Amino acid sequence: MTAANEMNHPQSGTNAETDGRAPARPESQQAPSGHPGLPEDELRYVYAVTRPFEGVLPEEGGRGLDGEPPRLLHHGDLVAVVSPVPAADFDEAPLKAHLEDLDWLAETARTHQRVITALTTVTSPLPLRLATICRDDSGVRRLLESGRARFVSALDRLDGRVEWGVKVYTHTPPPAAPSPEQAPAPSADAPGAGRSYLQQRLAHRRTRETAANRADAVCRRLQEELSQSAEHTVLHRLQDGRLSGRSGQNVLNAAFLVPRAASEAFVERVRALTPGDDESVKVELTGPWAPYSFTDIGEEEPT
Amino acid sequence: MSHYTDDHDIDALAQREIALVDLLDRLLGGGVVISGDLTLRIADVDLVRIDLNALISSVSENVPSPFEDMN
Repeated sequence: MTAANEMNHPQSGTNAETDGRAPARPESQQAPSGHPGLPEDELRYVYAVTRPFEGVLPEEGGRGLDGEPPRLLHHGDLVAVVSPVPAADFDEAPLKAHLEDLDWLAETARTHQRVITALTTVTSPLPLRLATICRDDSGVRRLLESGRARFVSALDRLDGRVEWGVKVYTHTPPPAAPSPEQAPAPSADAPGAGRSYLQQRLAHRRTRETAANRADAVCRRLQEELSQSAEHTVLHRLQDGRLSGRSGQNVLNAAFLVPRAASEAFVERVRALTPGDDESVKVELTGPWAPYSFTDIGEEEPT
Repeated sequence: MSHYTDDHDIDALAQREIALVDLLDRLLGGGVVISGDLTLRIADVDLVRIDLNALISSVSENVPSPFEDMN
């Protein structure tokens, strides 16, 4: 075994073939699989699959769900990045309950993301979906074994690529208070009050429609132009403001797969396509992400 | 998260706090899904969606989940 197969954390420098288990983790030394009826107390949470890599995960962010650096479980020419997690939290029933707890979900998702981000500093990881859990290490190896062709092809396709998120929001201006240029606000019983009100309503609707049209044009231009700068484009479901907690209506939620080396140009392109003088249309860029949204490209369409 | 303005420095972007909803778009809508009996989550992808649908509908009753797989 070469150095690339060594664990990459100084704290746990055991060889991956011996399971890569950090030495100081007594609680994981028990409960081997195969005790029917005996609940195992630890499961394996798999964050990502990578090629063997050299280099050390950054200390900051390189900690998994158990608070320790994630383990690298080598199998053939693939590596699974895993943490032991308590079955009490991650077995099917408790996991299902936890997933309904937004705080728990948020913390788990952020930890998963931090591990992926840490991995991107040393390799191009293939991220797995949140809460991918195996019973034990041999389960993880089976996962690598049976999915090998798919992992290898995805790793090749995504090597050196990152994902950028581009969202567009429209801000409908609130109904304008009558401006001084408009007819001075008549009292409600004055002649013309009703007409003035209708005019204002009409003007507001026009403003809104114009804003929507402008946003539409921005979205189309962004999509067309950025798709040309990207290898792939995925449209995510539009976000609800009550979840994102931000104002404005989300009218585009796109992800673009871009070679890391082309990222700067891509970001510059987004900036150039962002209308600078339009308060009603906002463009938001996020990234660089690991290519979460592109792990399935090239595979057969899901039915 | 703040609006994308003149702040186009990649590092600065990377260091912004990530909005949970953006994260969930990716972690629940993306990432490799392992199917079959290899993981505990035999049907968990769906479970996750169902749970989140429930979660979201508790926030807002008539908004479709943003977390369905768009790939």
